[in-house]
Amino acid sequence: MLERLKSALGPETPPLAGFLVVVIVAFAALTPTFLTQANLSSMAFQMPVLGLLTLAMLVPILSGGLNLAIIYTANISGLALAWTLIQFGGPEAGMGAFILGSGFALLVGAASGALMGLVIAYIGAHPILVSLAMMIFLRGLGEFLTRGGDISGFPPFMNTLGHGLILGIPVPMILFLLAALAWHTMLKRTPHGFSVYMIGSNIRAAEYSGLHTKRTLTLIYTISGLICAVAGIVMAARFNSVRVGHGEALLLVTVLACFLGGVDPFGGFGRVLPVVLALMILQALSSGLNLIGANQHLSTAVWGLFLIAVMALRFLGTRWRTRRKRST
Amino acid sequence: MTEKLALKLTAVSKTFGGVRALKGVDFAVRAGEVHCLAGENGCGKSTLIKIVTGVYTPDPGARVEIFGQSGDGMTPAAGRALGVAVIWQDLALFPHMSVAENMAFDDMVGARPRLVQRRKDKIRARAVLNRLGVTLDLDAPLNTLPIAKRQIVAIARALMGEARLVFMDEPTASLTQSETDALLDVVRTLSAEGVAVVFVSHRLAEVLDIAERVTVVRDGTLVGVYPTDGMTQARLGELMTGTSHQQQVTAQDKSAAPPVLETRNLTRHGEFTDISLTVRKGEVVGLTGLIGAGRTELAHAMIGMTQPDGGEILLDSASLRPRSIRDAIRAGIAYVSEDRLSLGLIQPQSIADNTVMSVLDRLLNAAGLIKAPSKQHLVDHWIKEFAVKIGTPDDPVSTLSGGNQQRVVLAKWLATEPRLLILDSPTVGVDVGARAGIFRIVRDLADQGLAILLISDEVTEVMHNADRILHIADGRIIGEHDPRHTDVPALEARIYA
Repeated sequence: MLERLKSALGPETPPLAGFLVVVIVAFAALTPTFLTQANLSSMAFQMPVLGLLTLAMLVPILSGGLNLAIIYTANISGLALAWTLIQFGGPEAGMGAFILGSGFALLVGAASGALMGLVIAYIGAHPILVSLAMMIFLRGLGEFLTRGGDISGFPPFMNTLGHGLILGIPVPMILFLLAALAWHTMLKRTPHGFSVYMIGSNIRAAEYSGLHTKRTLTLIYTISGLICAVAGIVMAARFNSVRVGHGEALLLVTVLACFLGGVDPFGGFGRVLPVVLALMILQALSSGLNLIGANQHLSTAVWGLFLIAVMALRFLGTRWRTRRKRST
Repeated sequence: MTEKLALKLTAVSKTFGGVRALKGVDFAVRAGEVHCLAGENGCGKSTLIKIVTGVYTPDPGARVEIFGQSGDGMTPAAGRALGVAVIWQDLALFPHMSVAENMAFDDMVGARPRLVQRRKDKIRARAVLNRLGVTLDLDAPLNTLPIAKRQIVAIARALMGEARLVFMDEPTASLTQSETDALLDVVRTLSAEGVAVVFVSHRLAEVLDIAERVTVVRDGTLVGVYPTDGMTQARLGELMTGTSHQQQVTAQDKSAAPPVLETRNLTRHGEFTDISLTVRKGEVVGLTGLIGAGRTELAHAMIGMTQPDGGEILLDSASLRPRSIRDAIRAGIAYVSEDRLSLGLIQPQSIADNTVMSVLDRLLNAAGLIKAPSKQHLVDHWIKEFAVKIGTPDDPVSTLSGGNQQRVVLAKWLATEPRLLILDSPTVGVDVGARAGIFRIVRDLADQGLAILLISDEVTEVMHNADRILHIADGRIIGEHDPRHTDVPALEARIYA
């Protein structure tokens, strides 16, 4: 049992958990507002959008690729929802319209992901190029459809999705935690997840072993698009509006969160739990710096420094481990 | 002094962490001699070479003399200045640069860098190639040349630096027999010119052919120095492994057994033509021929990687047309690729994951999730079955030796419960002792009723391990031999004719 727990946690988890504690203790000492109910709750409302988008980034990276289109996929999906709601009267739209719109959003997200996946899998184009092209396409399409503006005026009950609590936990957080659990199960327990890791390390050897490499690649990007749509729906509910440029700055933060969480930049290795911890650290840093009155740009700089420090520590850690191994 | 020594090592030891890779080894090479350094993987050969070339510093107490000069405080650059050159297995050339640029590289960036002098470099490069008796297009980018020619470029590059002592690490590992012969001719030319060559190879026949003396190292200790006159492959293998590997013909008559695989006039344009062969239950059929004869291509068509243009494949007398490797696996065909490093295994991933890779669908519960205990059970079973030496099943497969990796590949494929096993050059990069272990497993599998197609370009390998031998050349099967009624020299003569 202990062994299983250990292997589920992986070697990245304890240092990240330790670091999270250090960050929390440090900010708690610096400012009394950090550990207040209000701040914790605001953090719990902010993190899920970034979290969902990071899950969308995680699996493509594990397979040795990248999905640069996640933000615009999310926003185009949000647009699909907004369009449906407006067809049904905007603020007067009922629950039925919302469910229909969400279904449409999920379909749009999955379809744009599937298109990327098909091109990557069957044409063999590089994921960076394909998703970059998709990103430009979706951004242009979105700006064309919205003329660069906001679309707002949603029914009031959507407020619950963006700002409501269930058992004291923010609804977006519940959605994110469920998604993270689903991702963990998918990666660790399903043949699809197994194939993701194998493809990430060596796609030709995976093919020679009889794994469905093309199907897996298509599915990876389809699922990535699907979770983008979920993020898009949550964003629409949180901001009470949809705009093509919402969350643009989050794209590279999702990559950062993955690498911080110990995901191998070259694919093949990485787990969900450390990535979730990495997200919590990034959120705590961002909120904490904000609370102590640091400049917003400074906090970006701190994130950057922090990442460099993590890379250095990880490199030293690996070297230390191999040296110890050699001497035994 | 009756003989000039190119290299003299005395009492060389090297310790990494707590591991003693070399324990007081003496090693001497005469000027102009072809000397073979023989030993299994991990015996300390590479460490020894790296000490001579200054990559590693030996433990205190060692003496290194190169052409009479002390090699203390040796560095790779100082070694080059003394005339020491190493041609590593991966060649360390620049694929996008031309032949001439590759050859002149050390001059351009060496101890005294100078400007690029294309015309002069080409003249010198041509002179060196003439010395070796080979012609190459000096302007051709290296990556347009076959491996064998690149090997020549690597040697020529060493000679540009006036090398007098050349180390060659497995230079023939990826060459065909005729290419090997050409390379060995170059080595003889070098030797005749007074360049000493230290030759490392797993192919014992070649070692005995080219070298005058052989130094055998086992587990970091010197076993001895022997003249190759009067030495046999079996004796050399014995010295290297410390155990006796008397190879014998194991062929049996299986003509009464029912056929498992049959092909009828199987053809794929430009690859193979009219291939009709049969592999019976419990039979090991050797398929041998030169590289490029269509061996691997034929295997690829049998496993659905490519589609034949004509002819038929029958498995247990039923027609089979695999569209993908999954179809082949489902039909009961397993294919052990010749390229274990990049196709056979996923090196960075765990031993456990590699073992279960092809049989995941058998480990699922009703909800479609992988059952961890079933996976564990399967992995434990195969590790025990094949006596794979591992730390834990979670270690990356890349931490295993070649022989143990090949056992993992076999385990992975046998887990699919195949009826036909295609082994494509299964012992590339596997050392002598481990080879015997692999072939014991192969024979056991055949005895259990598995039909096996053994593809190999090493004649001794098919002679000793196959029940029948098919000879393929230019995409056609041109002969069938019974190992009990022929011998290695006769067969080699036919194949390399």
